[in-house]
Amino acid sequence: MPTQLATAGLTAHLRRLESEAIGIIRECFAAFRRPVLLYSIGKDSSVLLHLAQKACAPARLPMPLLHVDTGWKFREMIAFRDHTAREHGLDLIVHTNAEGVRRGIDPIAGGSALHTRVMKTEALRQALDAHGFDAALGGARRDEERSRAKERIFSHRGPGHAWDPRDQRPELWSLFNTRLAEGESMRVFPLSNWTELDVWDYIEAERIPVVPLYFAAPRPVVRRAGTWIMVDDARLPLAPGEQPEWRSVRFRTLGCYPLSGAVESTATTLPAIIAEMRAASTSERQGRLIDGDEEASMERKKREGYF
Amino acid sequence: MAFDAATPSTRETLRFLACGSVDDGKSSLIGRLLWETGQVMDDTRAALARDSRRFGTTGTAPDLALLVDGLEAERAQGITIDVAYRSFATARRSFLVADTPGHEQYTRNMATGASGCDAAVLLADARKGLLLQTRRHATICALLGIRDLVLAVNKMDLVGFDEATFRRIAAEFAGLATGLGFRSATAVPISARDGDNVTTASAAMPWHDGPPLLTLLEDLPLQRPELAAPPRLPVQWVNRASPEFRGLCGTVAAGTWRRGDAVTVAATGATSRIARILGPDGEREQAEAGEAVTLLLAEEIDATRGDLLASPDRRPTVSAQFAADLVWFDAEPLLPGREYLLRAGTAWTPCTVTRIRHRLDIATGTTEPADSAAMNEVVLANLSTLQPLAFDPYAECRPTGGLILVDRASNRTVGAGMIRHALRRASNIHRQAGLVTPAARAALLGQSPRVLWFTGLSGSGKSTIARLVEQRLHAEGRATMLLDGDNLRHGLNRDLGFTEADRVENIRRAGEAAKLLAEAGLIAICAFISPFRADRRMVREMLPPGGFLEVFVDAPLADCIQRDPKGLYAKALAGEIPNFTGIGSAYEPPEAPDLVLRSTPGTTAEALADVVLARLAAP
Repeated sequence: MPTQLATAGLTAHLRRLESEAIGIIRECFAAFRRPVLLYSIGKDSSVLLHLAQKACAPARLPMPLLHVDTGWKFREMIAFRDHTAREHGLDLIVHTNAEGVRRGIDPIAGGSALHTRVMKTEALRQALDAHGFDAALGGARRDEERSRAKERIFSHRGPGHAWDPRDQRPELWSLFNTRLAEGESMRVFPLSNWTELDVWDYIEAERIPVVPLYFAAPRPVVRRAGTWIMVDDARLPLAPGEQPEWRSVRFRTLGCYPLSGAVESTATTLPAIIAEMRAASTSERQGRLIDGDEEASMERKKREGYF
Repeated sequence: MAFDAATPSTRETLRFLACGSVDDGKSSLIGRLLWETGQVMDDTRAALARDSRRFGTTGTAPDLALLVDGLEAERAQGITIDVAYRSFATARRSFLVADTPGHEQYTRNMATGASGCDAAVLLADARKGLLLQTRRHATICALLGIRDLVLAVNKMDLVGFDEATFRRIAAEFAGLATGLGFRSATAVPISARDGDNVTTASAAMPWHDGPPLLTLLEDLPLQRPELAAPPRLPVQWVNRASPEFRGLCGTVAAGTWRRGDAVTVAATGATSRIARILGPDGEREQAEAGEAVTLLLAEEIDATRGDLLASPDRRPTVSAQFAADLVWFDAEPLLPGREYLLRAGTAWTPCTVTRIRHRLDIATGTTEPADSAAMNEVVLANLSTLQPLAFDPYAECRPTGGLILVDRASNRTVGAGMIRHALRRASNIHRQAGLVTPAARAALLGQSPRVLWFTGLSGSGKSTIARLVEQRLHAEGRATMLLDGDNLRHGLNRDLGFTEADRVENIRRAGEAAKLLAEAGLIAICAFISPFRADRRMVREMLPPGGFLEVFVDAPLADCIQRDPKGLYAKALAGEIPNFTGIGSAYEPPEAPDLVLRSTPGTTAEALADVVLARLAAP
């Protein structure tokens, strides 16, 4: 059961977004044979899970959670994931691309582009196919990135999960076209119209638990490509003589730890995070090392079946 | 200049559409709004500087249009292809803007963008004034139910910020907007490229006494007409959390529901009372348009996904025949008679366009006769759905008056519609739930009602076999009724000929008659050539699962011609009967009939009737 606190305090703006998202999620309960919630453990996933539980309350969530684990997530993320699944009695599926592990694909030596393609895009396709999921709900938002701004809420994927940005179904009112042919699937984005600030405002108002990595704490970090990378385990290669520094940092987005840059911060509470974000002059994706890989990289990855 | 969004406590959202002809500067304007409301962060600015050097059209200054042109092809070609959605906020309001392309496929994208918007900003180039394209866009906004329109006369810098030029365009716009019935229409002179009158008053245009564009958008009234409309809730999903819990989930489409209100299923007339309302925050007393809720009813009634709940004294129209303005999206033209799937609210039903009444010339507002609709055309058409649809006129309630059409084979969304009214005064006829159910009638007769549907070529032996089947069932003490195609054409269907449209209607009426017989508890035995698969499927879908038994009387055409019991093949072959099945018109054999009877010269009708009886006796 989601927390039943504090919604009365939501702004009209957040209430509109909340009801819109619940409506989208219920459409998935009703229209698809086997929907799945793509759970990436980040703040957007936390909000999505919270909304999905509201959408079906008081019933149990009628779909499983899928986490595509690259093997390089922060240890705190995995602990949070397992705790969340246990506490809410959720059906959690964890999938890792075994073939990628066997090939020794890693984000450091192999580069982020190959790692993302094999351990995230291919892994996701494997998991969706293996379980026969016909709809995958994700927490992506239109304000995150330019090609996302053009994507539908119900984003149709052809065989092989490919996205064709030039041939998207027109989406009018809330009359979603959920029809699929054999071999096709749908990606669904209930948070499409939310902004990063909306997500944090909602987390605060609804008291939604998030991974502690979003809050500032002293952490061992090294400087890489102009950002702070946390030394989460012994796999991160250090230069001869290099020593991790302890700095008060936090993360605006979470992913594979060698690819997630931290910002220096002293914000240890939600209000402090929100205040810091209002004053911020960089976007949340700035800390992600994977987007800068190539021009229009997100669009290309999505065409290949990335989320 | 950056806005401080730190006081969001009372903030509302305005969703608006930005449209205008190609090169009028939509993307630049939206980029400018994002830039000046502090949405563009340092790293994005750095990326923009890089992109501007590569793709930009503004020399050394950052090309703000590149902030919104998201797809690779768009940046490479300097055009906008698809609808993009962008957010920005000021201290007073949050905004979601749909940026729609101005050229290729503009109608489709504009209609898509406009469907979810409260208002529209229409751009015009000060040098060119109102173009045909501008008029088209204003017409589409009106058609999609947008009530407030702002005209941004852009590129004022290129006409020397000339007041007379602006006044002339503004006056012309006022005339256009009045003709289209907008509630408000305001013009503002701007330069998106330089930022004049976008977020702050322009020093270059001291003669303009109105507020800048952003202030106009902050001041636009947020009056959602559906709040004042009668209560409506399309059932989206039935939540059976436990054996005792049966919640009807959905988003309130219109009006306000209160605990204790009476509630009616529009399609059936079944009525109950709201015992509890659960909102996103738990139990509550009432819920208004736009809120996602779960209703628990005092007495259980049959209500499921696809049903529209309404208040019993302010009911929506329920009809299978209605007129709607259609916007066509697909490269394949809209053809009357072709079957599509229609979605309205949460209901899906097969649908055909029975007649196109006219095509709208969206540039001039005039209408002309048409018998099809090509991509991006707007027509007024009569539609016929298999299941009756519960709706309100779009002009009175957007959430219950809109529809989409989907191609049955490709699943593409091929069109969208705004319902005007029901046909044949069906709007005043509400379905009444009887006190005796079809199941109770059947129980009294001690039998399972069925529709036995014999299909096959003329002369295949359908009618003969059907008559024998009825005779034997009657002898066994079953209550039966025979419907024969020829007989019906002497009475119920005597106004129908043999055109394709009339043949469809012939079968529809026969199907409705058979359905009534089955609801009376009878075994209806029907013998109709019924050459088209779509029509037989239509009848099958009228009946409950298992209620329709398709019996294919399979006789070779050559045998039928030779047998020719009524001399019709001879006439058809002589050209005296056009559209005769098997000669001038095709017969589509069933793909998955429930029973096939091979009628060859060696078999007798009696033996084939035995096969039917055996099939009926099987569990």
